[in-house]
Amino acid sequence: MEKKIQFTVSIYTENNIGLLNRISTIFLKRHINIESFTTSECEIENVFRFIIVVEMTESGIEKVIKQIEKQVDVIKAFYHTDEETIFQETALYKVKSNSLFEERHIQNFIKESNARIITVNPKFFVIEKTGFRHETDKLYNDLAPYGLLQFTRSGRIAVTKSKMGISEIIDKFKNQKKKKK
Amino acid sequence: MKKNNKISGAEAVIKSLIKEDVDLVYGYPGGAIMPVYDEFFKFQNKVHHVLTRHEQGAVHAAQGYARSSGRVGVAIATSGPGATNLVTGIADAQIDSTPIVCITGQVPAHLLGSDAFQETDIIGISMPVTKWSYQITTASEVPDVIAKAFYIAKSGRPGPVLIDITKNAQFEMLEFKYKKCVGIRSYSPIPRIDKNKILEAANLIDSAKKPLIVWGQGVILGNAEKEFKSFVEKSGIPAAWTILGASALPTSHELNVGMVGMHGNYGPNILTNKCDLLIAIGMRFDDRVTGDTKTYAKQAKIIHLEIDPAEVNKNIKVDIPIIGNCKESLRMLSKNIKTKSYKNWLKTFDELMKKEFNKVIKNDLRPKKKGLTMGESIIAINKFTKGKAIIVSDVGQHQMVACRYANFIDSKSNITSGGLGTMGFALPAAIGAKMGAPEREVVAVIGDGGYQMTIQELGTIFQQQLPVKIVILNNDFLGMVRQWQQLFFDKRYASTEMVNPDFVSIAKAYFLDSERVENRLDLEPAVKRMIESKKPYVLEICVEKEDNVFPMIPSGASVSDIRLE
Repeated sequence: MEKKIQFTVSIYTENNIGLLNRISTIFLKRHINIESFTTSECEIENVFRFIIVVEMTESGIEKVIKQIEKQVDVIKAFYHTDEETIFQETALYKVKSNSLFEERHIQNFIKESNARIITVNPKFFVIEKTGFRHETDKLYNDLAPYGLLQFTRSGRIAVTKSKMGISEIIDKFKNQKKKKK
Repeated sequence: MKKNNKISGAEAVIKSLIKEDVDLVYGYPGGAIMPVYDEFFKFQNKVHHVLTRHEQGAVHAAQGYARSSGRVGVAIATSGPGATNLVTGIADAQIDSTPIVCITGQVPAHLLGSDAFQETDIIGISMPVTKWSYQITTASEVPDVIAKAFYIAKSGRPGPVLIDITKNAQFEMLEFKYKKCVGIRSYSPIPRIDKNKILEAANLIDSAKKPLIVWGQGVILGNAEKEFKSFVEKSGIPAAWTILGASALPTSHELNVGMVGMHGNYGPNILTNKCDLLIAIGMRFDDRVTGDTKTYAKQAKIIHLEIDPAEVNKNIKVDIPIIGNCKESLRMLSKNIKTKSYKNWLKTFDELMKKEFNKVIKNDLRPKKKGLTMGESIIAINKFTKGKAIIVSDVGQHQMVACRYANFIDSKSNITSGGLGTMGFALPAAIGAKMGAPEREVVAVIGDGGYQMTIQELGTIFQQQLPVKIVILNNDFLGMVRQWQQLFFDKRYASTEMVNPDFVSIAKAYFLDSERVENRLDLEPAVKRMIESKKPYVLEICVEKEDNVFPMIPSGASVSDIRLE
């Protein structure tokens, strides 16, 4: 059996309502669990980039990518392995304020993990840590025994080592249109 | 800007349709689409609106129209139940690549999301089964969105598009300017053909000893019948068809070796696993064609001509993909191949056809038993239509028999629900097929089960006085399911026997000419009367109750395990 590996899927799209649904349906139909999902406007105005992390076989992801790209409002879709991307996640940890002063360990954890305190008030404080999954996991495991009031982690954000060439596609379309005129 | 230049969103809908050369739509009115219907009334001399008896009838009619005419079919419905009733037809059009535009009314924008009367999220519901969809919430969007809808529906690999229009957008006024859509930056419908692949493929074709062509609907959708015929004739390669590819090459063509797939012909199925080169053209290796993919054409190199990159390597891994419009790639291939013929290889097909004839076809077409067969009914239709008719079939045993035995001469003569297998498709699709090709004879061949799923469309046929010919092959069973029960479920006929009404009386109640045939001697005269009639006609043919369709590839088995009995 072909091995399942983790892939980062990048999808460049027009800014249209409902596209999220179209894309997630393609994964849903094949019973593929989406491990993380983020979307935001990318370096090109009005072009959005979805970053989706899935675990599946390479032959499977190839088919899925083509089915995503087939959607009218999708400009281009790619998939990459972890080695081919630079990626991070951000986690927020909300902790009771008194433990910051009573437990020396917590201060050490924050220092060691290069985390950042983003707010402190008499009741609670919030730590932010950006890094790999295992790093945010470690800080979670360190802090958990002292009582976490809340914990949340973002989806993966990633850029690729190789070029994406989206602006070329868009320029090409503009030129074609000009020619037609 | 002068205010009196403005028109309503509803009027803009009709004017946009007219700009897209639409003169015929199918639909059913209701609250949320009433402003548009009011405009249909005003523009009735430009756009003919056909009132069906159910929205499903409207969408299947639009499909039939698109399939027989090659144009975009249009179906209109109101919000809520009107819209949801379209969904089966939309799914059917998606899987069979039929260009249709569906327009639905929607509650006013300010009520969206509030569970208003007849509100349903049709955009969400239809999303997985549309090529594209869009909800218009202001009138100014109407022209551009409709232009985009028609462009997307018919370009590249065609498909269904749904436009949902809120009621306020139908009432609002806009300055109407229409520009046809010629391109969308995120969408490239016709990929450019890689010339190197053409040369590689041509080499393989020239050196092949036992090549086989399997073609699908892509040849018809790409208007590539001429190019396809030249390619087949120059290459000399035997060619077999998928169910939706039928009629792209005449049945009687010497290189036409029949249908592939579950109930296809014996030869092409067996020889799929014997050929050394398989050339797939505009087909998508559906599981009903391939059987078990692990044993499908493993010995062969495969060339795949396909317009949709997502279909390449989806079900079957191919050696040379040629992505692009097959009209173009076939022309390029023909230029680069040698003229050849394969006498001995063709003889193998003939031998297997003889075997199939003796075991199956003979009994189907010239039965010794008393009861009528579906096969002889189709042959009788062939005889009196001289193979010139469009055959619209429903889903089940009769569909397989119709496609196996119909004699096709012209392209676009076979209209059936292939990918989705939608029972109830044929009667409304025949309405559309006739209106899309009024000069042609249209014969709907329908089983007693599927007929009763959309039987209400007899009302549409009566109201429109449409001379479609309807043949009910009645075995008082859901025959295909019964066949499976017999073969794979020890004859436990769970809910497949039908106690049917008097179909002739029903037709007569709609003021349609109708008769019933029970004996062999009456068959041909009755079919003759039907074909000669200038009016709509319903012919019920009572056939053997428990006949089976063979050959058959049991589901999950290999194509070479096809059974003759």
